[in-house]
Amino acid sequence: MTDLLANLALGFSVAAHPYNIGFCLIGALVGTLVGVLPGVGTVATVAMLLPITFGLPPVGALIMLAGIYYGAQYGGSTTSILVNIPGEATSVVTCLDGHQMARNGRAGAALSISAIGSFFAGCVSTVLVAALGAPLTGLALLFGPAEYFSLMVLGLIFAVVLAKGSVLKAIAMILAGLLLSMVGSDLETGAGRMTFDIPELSDGIGFANVAMGLFGFAEIIRNLEMSAESREIVNAKISGLMPTRQDLIDSSGAIARGTILGSILGILPGGGAVVASFAAYTFEKRISRTPEKFGRGIIQGVAAPEAANNAAAQTSFIPLLTLGIPPNAVMALMVGAMTIHGIVPGPQVMTKQPELFWGMIASMWLGNLMLVIINLPLVGVWVTLLRVPYRLLFPSIIVFCCIGIYSINNSPTDVLIAAVFGLVGYWLVKHDFEPAPMVLAFVLGPLMEENLRRAMLIARGDATVFATRPISAGLLLVSLALLTLALLPMIRKRRDEVFVESEN
Amino acid sequence: MLRLLSRAAFGAFVFAAAAIPAAAQDFPKRNITMVVPFAAGGPTDIVARIVGEHMSKTLGQPVIVENVVGAGGTTGSVRAARAQNDGYAIIMGHMGTHAAAVSLYPNLAYKPDVDFEPIGMAAGTPILIVTRKDIPAKDLKEFVVWAKANNDKVNMAHAGVGSVSFTSCLLLNSILQTKPTQIPFNGTGPALNALVGSQVDYMCDQVVNLVPHVTGGTIKALAVGTAERNPALPDVPTSKEAGLAAFQVTAWNALFAPKGTPKPVVDKLADALDKALDDPAVRKRLLDLGSDIPGKTGRGPQALSTLVKSEIERWAPVLKGTTIN
Repeated sequence: MTDLLANLALGFSVAAHPYNIGFCLIGALVGTLVGVLPGVGTVATVAMLLPITFGLPPVGALIMLAGIYYGAQYGGSTTSILVNIPGEATSVVTCLDGHQMARNGRAGAALSISAIGSFFAGCVSTVLVAALGAPLTGLALLFGPAEYFSLMVLGLIFAVVLAKGSVLKAIAMILAGLLLSMVGSDLETGAGRMTFDIPELSDGIGFANVAMGLFGFAEIIRNLEMSAESREIVNAKISGLMPTRQDLIDSSGAIARGTILGSILGILPGGGAVVASFAAYTFEKRISRTPEKFGRGIIQGVAAPEAANNAAAQTSFIPLLTLGIPPNAVMALMVGAMTIHGIVPGPQVMTKQPELFWGMIASMWLGNLMLVIINLPLVGVWVTLLRVPYRLLFPSIIVFCCIGIYSINNSPTDVLIAAVFGLVGYWLVKHDFEPAPMVLAFVLGPLMEENLRRAMLIARGDATVFATRPISAGLLLVSLALLTLALLPMIRKRRDEVFVESEN
Repeated sequence: MLRLLSRAAFGAFVFAAAAIPAAAQDFPKRNITMVVPFAAGGPTDIVARIVGEHMSKTLGQPVIVENVVGAGGTTGSVRAARAQNDGYAIIMGHMGTHAAAVSLYPNLAYKPDVDFEPIGMAAGTPILIVTRKDIPAKDLKEFVVWAKANNDKVNMAHAGVGSVSFTSCLLLNSILQTKPTQIPFNGTGPALNALVGSQVDYMCDQVVNLVPHVTGGTIKALAVGTAERNPALPDVPTSKEAGLAAFQVTAWNALFAPKGTPKPVVDKLADALDKALDDPAVRKRLLDLGSDIPGKTGRGPQALSTLVKSEIERWAPVLKGTTIN
């Protein structure tokens, strides 16, 4: 314990250096911007800024890059809430209730609670990284291909449970998402699958294209068919910018549970943070006494996933800092940044360069504090944006989206793909299909396929491996239980329908 | 149609470039783009950024690294092959994109030995054979015996078809005459994770990725595929010392310009690269990463041209039967 305090004191003395505070602030600001601008992803930004960090001192460079990463988690929720466009895969769930809250005139409360939830989660998980970083590392190593596959199955079941409409439609969307995720090169042979000889498809369809199309463009098309008066995003009067006391009481439990789920799942390489946000939402809906309010603008539906994705963003540093193994694309770039600076990431960073290790951890807490200070006053600015007339706001969203999508790969084809998904998304909304399960399946699909094939290869084709490995079996059992729970209301459908009607 | 247009534009440019060779004398007048066909932060990218930074000083113009990723580095290589051949667009190619790719991709849209003007070798990264820490073999000889005895049980990890870890491990397998089950991963990171977690048995990869794990004891290093021991891992024997002299492989990175780039321009670039490789600070950074820096005879366009030809021939039999469409 005294060790921990001494280490944290060292960390704060490094992080509080004026230069490092400056880098942390720049990182947090850039991250917020990246999160807010639709289409501009964290991976692309960190990749672009990597060369700039060449001339900086290593600690400052890494503090800045880390700031961009978790800053984007804060910013990503802003567009989700305001205009129903998820900036990152982790803020897809935030759209569900966040945007509904905005439509009900409660955008301010939604934005504030997501900042507060993220801050709380950031604080808790920073301490977690500091205290339990080393022992928790082992968890990531317990997960082999079979375990990952089962975790991904569980993730997809979450998507079924969180859907507010028909279970059958949710499953259909998941299968469609999985199918879409298979476009691209085969992992084992490199052969093109469903690429139709279009070179742009050989590396698969980008997440940004799908998300912008299904959420952003589809939303705009849907708005166009309404009368001019009802087009404005906010139909109701905008009520207070800050959450009420009742809001805080309602969401405190959700934030705490989201933080725990996010911290655990964030350690796992791959889709940890994405699964975490979906899991937190599903969990809240399950234990809520009013599950029918989810998807219609309930504050817990914003608080839980936002806390979870931020906690996961922090704890995903654990495998990087303790093992030197990057759990996702952004972390892989951080490894690159370290190597360029002559730091070899791995277990020895903690002992050989304690000022770097603890400085980064302390800066994460400072960064989170800065983000709250940056974001809370901005809430008012963002909410005013909603008052911008529709005819000005929506063309600018389209332009921003297109620039964002184009800039990822400098590819006009990507913009076309997003446009096609816009039409698909419009059709889906018209037929009461929810895009969120499809996007989740699209994100998790490649991980699921890879790990399924790896597990089967290692087991030499013996499928029982998923049931004989204890962690994998446990995850599959939870999936089964959740699926049963989701299907139960279908069996009692009559009663449910009566319930919904009486509520309206 | 678009492609046709760009072809036409390209053709027009070739004509223009041929018409004014004088432009080569005051080269470079603006930024030079160095395409890296892999992600930022990877081994090739790091070498490119380190030498590119120093080349900027010699050339008096910034050398800007552009990462064009996809299809095992061939996407970026195609783009570089079709770029204007005025020396302002060059590429840091490597063993995969400019040698092994010929055997791997039957429909490859460029010929590494024909469509590029070689500038020179930059730096190579030696390949290391590593195993999970609890493997029942204490050195390479025991590993060979074990791998042959358990042929159908052995799992080899690699970072994707066509990656350096894939091609170099196929070389090892072809020498050993073994056929392990190949477990593909998306990049070195996930593959390494599985090796540290003992879910796979062995892999081959560039020294730079593996050093911390070998010194940390989370994986076991059997041999390095170079003539001399690596300064970053002085305790790891060379393949010759370990009894497998045939395993000689280095993931080389080298600079190329599009075909038809004027010779004076190529020479200027080669000279800048040569000066970068002589700079003590650059050398230190590269050596700290475990890289191999070519000696004077291994540098320059001529040496690279010979290397590319011999490497294409060398990989053909190893990769026979492994093609990517």
